[in-house]
Amino acid sequence: MSAVPLTHILFVSTALFFIGMYGLFTRRNMISMLMSIELILNSININFVAFNKYLYPDKLDGVFFTVFIITIAAAEAAVAIAIIINLYRSHKSIDVEDAAELRY
Amino acid sequence: MNASAIIFYAISAFILGAGLLAVTSRKIFRSAIWLLFSLVGIAALYFWMQVEFIAAVQIVVYVGGIVVLIIFSIFLTQESGKEMPKPQLRKIIFSVLAALFGFGASYNLISEYGFKSSTKQFTVSVSEMGTQMLSTTEHGYILPFEVVSMLLLAAMVGCIVIAMKPAEEKPAEPKEAEVKRTELKPAPAETVVVISETVIEEEVAS
Repeated sequence: MSAVPLTHILFVSTALFFIGMYGLFTRRNMISMLMSIELILNSININFVAFNKYLYPDKLDGVFFTVFIITIAAAEAAVAIAIIINLYRSHKSIDVEDAAELRY
Repeated sequence: MNASAIIFYAISAFILGAGLLAVTSRKIFRSAIWLLFSLVGIAALYFWMQVEFIAAVQIVVYVGGIVVLIIFSIFLTQESGKEMPKPQLRKIIFSVLAALFGFGASYNLISEYGFKSSTKQFTVSVSEMGTQMLSTTEHGYILPFEVVSMLLLAAMVGCIVIAMKPAEEKPAEPKEAEVKRTELKPAPAETVVVISETVIEEEVAS
């Protein structure tokens, strides 16, 4: 297991983070942007587990942080999709450029 | 390079390829499916790192929950076969540049830091996790656990309130709907009347 150093796992998670950031910048569709945010959150989870495994193997804090991040990501996705569906009902579009006013 | 390293690099290539396709695919449904593959690859990476519990949670919550929710919302809000408009070339160029510069900076930082990795064995037993999660001692996680449970409850109530149809708040739309219904209802009645008149006429003629 020591054949792969910690830095390579961190490179993978960094690349995944910036792939998600690229998607967040280029996409104009709200559901696509939500998918990019999920990618970013997953890259952070990989980081937590890798640090816990390689640097502090006798503790469990990184695993707990991962569990809590997954929980909060699920809640965030549910609320975001509720907002998107409500917005679609009033604007007939989920493009971020069309959601220009705060109150319908 | 042994088998473990080869498996790691294969999983990494799968995750990054699927993630790249998820953010660049023009059809939103395919994008969601590529996101699903990327999340499954991340669960495989957790299996490779020997945290089986997190891998199981990843599969149950992300693959079984969030991606299904995203696919449902895609079906509810738009035609899934339609291609999304292509982003502007200027936007693509600057986004790629921002991502590459950010990745370069982070790569430089990580590769020069020099982590001192520990040689101890890393084992995550689920019973140990559960004990520490619910313990009230110094390293226990009972307070975040309770706070997260409150957050989930608040998110659930908030989702229901947001996505509910505004029946009381906006009386304009239900009135229109009622008007449409009342417009629709007399129409069959008139036809019934007409039919009965013709029937009467036929009876009179006969």
